[in-house]
Amino acid sequence: MSRPSNFPPPFSTRDYVAEPTDPEDERIEVGVLVVGAGPAGLACAIRLGQLIEEQPELAERLGEVPVAVLEKGKQPGSHLLSGAVVDPRALRRLFGERFRMQDLPSYGPVHGESVYVLTRRSALPIPPPPPMRNHGNWVFSLSELGRFLAEQAEEAGAMILPETAAQKLLVSHGRVVGVRTGDKGRNREGGELGNFEAGSDLVAKVTVLAEGTQGHLTGVALDRFDLRGEEPQVWELAVKEVWKVAKPLDRVIHTMGWPLRTSKRYREFGGSFIYPMGEDMVTIGLVVGLDYRDASLSVHDLLQELKTHPKIRKILAGGERVQWGAKTIPSGGFNSLPRELHAPGLLLCGDGVGMVNVPRLKGIHYAIESGRLAAEAAFRALQRGETPATALSSYDDAVRDSFIWSDLHEVRNMRQVFGRGFFVGGALASAMTMSKGRVELGKMRAEPDAEQPLLLTDRDKGYPAPDGKLTFDKLSSVFASGNKTRDDQPNHIRVERRVPREVAQLWAHMCPAQVYEVGREDDDGTVMVDLAPSNCVQCGAITAKGGRLTPPEGGSGPEYTVT
Amino acid sequence: MATLVFLENHGNELQKGALGVLAKAASLGDGDVAAVIAGEGAKALAAEAGKFGAAKVWVCEDGEVAQPLPQPRVDVLAQVVAEGRYDTVLFANSVLAADVAAGLAARLGAGLNWDLVDLELRGDDLVGKRPALQDSVYADVGWTATPRLALFRAGSFDATPTGGGEPEIADVSPSYAAHSTAVKLVGQDAEESSGPSIEDAAVIVAGGRGLGSPDNFTLAEELAKALGGAVGATRAVVDAGWYPYSAQIGQTGKTVSPKLYVALGISGAIQHKVGMQSSNTIVAINKDANAPIFEFSDLGVVGDVHEIVPKLTELVRQRKG
Amino acid sequence: MKIAVCVKHVPEGPSRLDPQTFRLDRSGESALNHFDANAVEEALRLKGDSDTEVVAVSLGPQKALDSLRKALAMGADRAVLVSDDAAAGSDLVATSRLLAAALEKENADLVLFGQQASDADGAVLWAAVAERLGRPVVSQAMELAVDGGSVRIKRQSEFGYDTREAPLPAVVAVSDAINEPRYPSLKGIMGAKKKPQEVLSLAELGVDSGEAGESGSRTTVLALGDPPARADARKIEDDGNAAQAIVDFLAEKRLV
Repeated sequence: MSRPSNFPPPFSTRDYVAEPTDPEDERIEVGVLVVGAGPAGLACAIRLGQLIEEQPELAERLGEVPVAVLEKGKQPGSHLLSGAVVDPRALRRLFGERFRMQDLPSYGPVHGESVYVLTRRSALPIPPPPPMRNHGNWVFSLSELGRFLAEQAEEAGAMILPETAAQKLLVSHGRVVGVRTGDKGRNREGGELGNFEAGSDLVAKVTVLAEGTQGHLTGVALDRFDLRGEEPQVWELAVKEVWKVAKPLDRVIHTMGWPLRTSKRYREFGGSFIYPMGEDMVTIGLVVGLDYRDASLSVHDLLQELKTHPKIRKILAGGERVQWGAKTIPSGGFNSLPRELHAPGLLLCGDGVGMVNVPRLKGIHYAIESGRLAAEAAFRALQRGETPATALSSYDDAVRDSFIWSDLHEVRNMRQVFGRGFFVGGALASAMTMSKGRVELGKMRAEPDAEQPLLLTDRDKGYPAPDGKLTFDKLSSVFASGNKTRDDQPNHIRVERRVPREVAQLWAHMCPAQVYEVGREDDDGTVMVDLAPSNCVQCGAITAKGGRLTPPEGGSGPEYTVT
Repeated sequence: MATLVFLENHGNELQKGALGVLAKAASLGDGDVAAVIAGEGAKALAAEAGKFGAAKVWVCEDGEVAQPLPQPRVDVLAQVVAEGRYDTVLFANSVLAADVAAGLAARLGAGLNWDLVDLELRGDDLVGKRPALQDSVYADVGWTATPRLALFRAGSFDATPTGGGEPEIADVSPSYAAHSTAVKLVGQDAEESSGPSIEDAAVIVAGGRGLGSPDNFTLAEELAKALGGAVGATRAVVDAGWYPYSAQIGQTGKTVSPKLYVALGISGAIQHKVGMQSSNTIVAINKDANAPIFEFSDLGVVGDVHEIVPKLTELVRQRKG
Repeated sequence: MKIAVCVKHVPEGPSRLDPQTFRLDRSGESALNHFDANAVEEALRLKGDSDTEVVAVSLGPQKALDSLRKALAMGADRAVLVSDDAAAGSDLVATSRLLAAALEKENADLVLFGQQASDADGAVLWAAVAERLGRPVVSQAMELAVDGGSVRIKRQSEFGYDTREAPLPAVVAVSDAINEPRYPSLKGIMGAKKKPQEVLSLAELGVDSGEAGESGSRTTVLALGDPPARADARKIEDDGNAAQAIVDFLAEKRLV
């Protein structure tokens, strides 16, 4: 059977690295450019604002616009999606004395939690494994937190530029000098519409990439500056919904087992989360490693199936779905981090480089801390008026000294052990955490998700037919993400368009937004892959499984508000 | 209740929509209903208004209202409302009527509820029914003072004659505000002969992937021609290059609300639905009995468009003669 | 010349009506009403490179400044927001009163509106505002030209096309067919913050709070309910006679 990696996408890093081409007086100059208005990027902007306030004379060196944050979504929060149960330590460090938990838009502290192993009809409670204990943590909607942080960043003096995609990395004399933003107003064929607006060269003294999972320029930078570590990155796909419910949920719930299959043959690693959001809302999501092998697996449909479990049905009874979304999570952990997090003129933060603690299901506080440290490193370099290649190396040192590093190191082989199947993996994982990572399993190699050989079962026959009340089809779910992407624009997805049938089927089932469809079959047995790019919610799954997502026109994609 | 209905005339005809509102008002049975007609030949049309329930018709044939301009009509209506002491003024939506109704609302400081599809008398209170949020919710709306102004969606009521007799006719010739007569009509073009544009079409025949291939769009075109309508398309077929984007109906295309929407081979995903769900009558033909479109069509036909549509087109042609 | 453009900040995404107040839930994300973008674009086209001033005017909560900033980013020169808690829940009568008061202060030669507001689907505001200002009004403009002291409009109605002329000062509502609104350039977005933005309370506008909001309104929402199921909806299977069945159905509804 095929592997998706045998059909690489028509994508070349070279196409996304360029010198500035706008005439000098038309280039837009800012002090520090942050790409991505997520927790990492906004934390960076907020910290920079604090530092500039302490040292206003530096502000002059940063020019008219000391800090600019680019956001490809309609506004900050539009592309943010997570569970989320957040460890507040990074927020405390960011806001310092000003910090008060009640000022943040949270849904309250975690009051209790349960973990279940599910079968089709039953739910066996097990004591929450130590890494999954959430005492002291708070429930948030990441989208709402993003909007809040954006307001704080603006108050701190940052300029936020929504609906702006960063298309190319501007590199001059071996140094990152900024980004080129994407064009707007092109049609499907790439021609210019009446209101065509070309992108601009945005140049900065320091560029911070905080693009989140599958960050486009992050990927480009890792290649261009040869920063990738020995271990490839791997991802999980999360599909989730937010529901208004009749009865409040009193605890945080995680489940394992059904509807995922436990046999090692299928390599289905993951579980679900159900978090209360105040008195009248609940969020439910399913996370599955993209190293799965069955081409008929659809995380969206498995989530629909999950909701039919009697225990979960009860939680949602009398309720109404209000939002849906999907996003990948980098799950390679410590071993998959890049060998360096900086390059000349460049700093890399957050999910974009894989700062996620898989067993604790947490990454937001690492993103925030890394953004904060990036701000400090950038500030130090600017203070000293430095621009040499090593100016930003203090960032790496700071990250290595931080809890980001120690936490990720402790759980470094957690993800990989589950390749041996749920039960073996579970035991090994427990052993690891109980011993705080001291169980040495030897280096466990992660294989890229796209290199997993495919098999085909009739798993899709078991997906529930959508009833429009409890279970939903993909198209109405895309609608519920707020996605109203302009159709007549160039296709932003790079995939090989003619592939063996099972690869096309893999993509068609994998994509939660129904972007891919199995098209016409040719004489040699291969099929065309048909695309509906305007459905895309930019989750990034395709990049993990054989293709390459690039940013569409700024403002496209989902408009999350409570994910 | 003392009700006045604004009747719009074009050429030598009273607009059906307005006559429908008149008939509805008469059917509420609470007091006599009056109508007002302004424009050239208004008097000659008064008798027709009687047939649809007007006991009294105010007519204005001043030069100021010879052209189809809204503002002088505000002066006419303000005068009539004052003279006749009307507490309720009803309009059928049109580009002209909307401007008149809103201008009158400002002139009188009166509440205007628009986009109504129905009207009820509950005791002394008048209650309007108003679809909201793309017709997914219906609101009961009311007024907190008189006069009460209401603008009804086009086609809300059938213009069925109520069997009324000759109405009393009264002339009205108000004084016109300076700004009312400032606009001049300086040119007019005949209706485009290439068929109505999608947004204005009273009939739309839309094709989806169920048509099978771009060539099969002729099925939709022929049927549209026979029905005198425009052709629409779903996002899927526009994406596939079968039809131009200007015909796309849906969330990221156009929103339409024709009298008749015929959906050929369209599944009815919500992205499409929100662009056409307030169509008056929806007929859907689809091979798949479980297609979501059947949940919101008035007539759903499970069958093959390639077999049904040519026959349908022929039958329509025959009927129209 | 001075052109004032009336814009509205409307909720984005799936809209909800508050079941208690029956008002549109405006707490989520919101944006510049996309029909108003046509009006802003038209004003900017008329302005061209001249020193015509384009002022964006809005009535709404504080966050309506976001939409006004978008208009500034597109190229408008100045923004005015009428914002006051007492103005919440204003209907057409109250809204037109407040807007007219703000526009009177501006005393623009031309006041532009977009085709409709996506949140209320009302295509009525401009005529009410024009009446209060005592100005001529023309709606559904597909083409607009200013010549000396008058404006010439080509428009489309149910009956075809016509051309109208009105002396300035005038009020014009543009249809969405008139133009394709420009994307704000990055420079425009960045420059928007520096342009003058004025927020006026009712008191500063000279309007009594009793004339705004619910007390200034003359209409009310009484209840919310489900739409009636499509009466006598039918579903049939083709047994060879579907075409005839459809024609009969259409005839019954007097559609053929």
